[in-house]
Amino acid sequence: MTATVRYADVEAGTELPGASFPVTRATLVRYAGASGDFNPIHWNERFARQVGLPDVIAHGMFTMAEAVRVVTDWAGDPGAVVEYGVRFTKPVVVPDDDTGALIEVTAKVGAKLDDEARTVRVDLTARSAGEKVLGLSRAVVRLA
Amino acid sequence: MALDQSFVGRSYPPTEPYEVGREKIREFAVAIGDTHLAYTDPEAAKALGHPDVIAPPTFVFALSFEAAQTVVQDPALGLDYSRVVHGDQKFAYTRPVRAGDRLTVTSTIDSIASRAGNEMIDIRGEVHDASGEHVVTVVTKLVARRVEEGAA
Repeated sequence: MTATVRYADVEAGTELPGASFPVTRATLVRYAGASGDFNPIHWNERFARQVGLPDVIAHGMFTMAEAVRVVTDWAGDPGAVVEYGVRFTKPVVVPDDDTGALIEVTAKVGAKLDDEARTVRVDLTARSAGEKVLGLSRAVVRLA
Repeated sequence: MALDQSFVGRSYPPTEPYEVGREKIREFAVAIGDTHLAYTDPEAAKALGHPDVIAPPTFVFALSFEAAQTVVQDPALGLDYSRVVHGDQKFAYTRPVRAGDRLTVTSTIDSIASRAGNEMIDIRGEVHDASGEHVVTVVTKLVARRVEEGAA
């Protein structure tokens, strides 16, 4: 585990570089294949509407995977993540066009947890189309 | 119908080992658009102190969710899967998953709760490697949405 950010260099409130992640229908098909989650709400508009959704929605686990990239890119080593949790609050709706949807992620250090283990809690926010799509989104990261 | 509270604490037998392959990790990393070299380049992973390429943090969900199917499809539990949505998801890592791992998942029902007609179940998957060492704990909260009044 070789995080490149030093524990001594961060404090509660330190902002991480944010990022935006585009999602199209093609993204979802690819993610379905890689993850093995073939639930039709993620690729079949007719089915999605039948079960009361506005349109095809992204896999929650896709959104969760994208959000933590802000943390792993910052830390330098993805293996430095020791805990990660989210609540799925709203779906990311992905229209059938060339643009799709955008997941916008911001993050900041919420607290320094343990001086010896050099762990910090990072609080994440993820929004799409103005809605908060993840709640209670937190990662614990071991820094250098 | 409320879920049977006596299922809280129930564990299911460990799954057959899943062998984590470099190319499966690469496929997953490409699917999430993540170009971090620790996922695809063994030398880059070694430079970070890992014996082989590691998997992105959420990769292991596919294994734990597959294991959880035994739980959610247990007819004795009586979960109506057509009403189920993914509520919360948590991971607690002892170390990252990496290529060459042979992982088993042992699922346990941690809690069953009911709120405003919605039923919530927490399924914990303990993931171990071939030597029996703990790799990651995966906790999945599933929510079976309330049946609307007047609905069949």
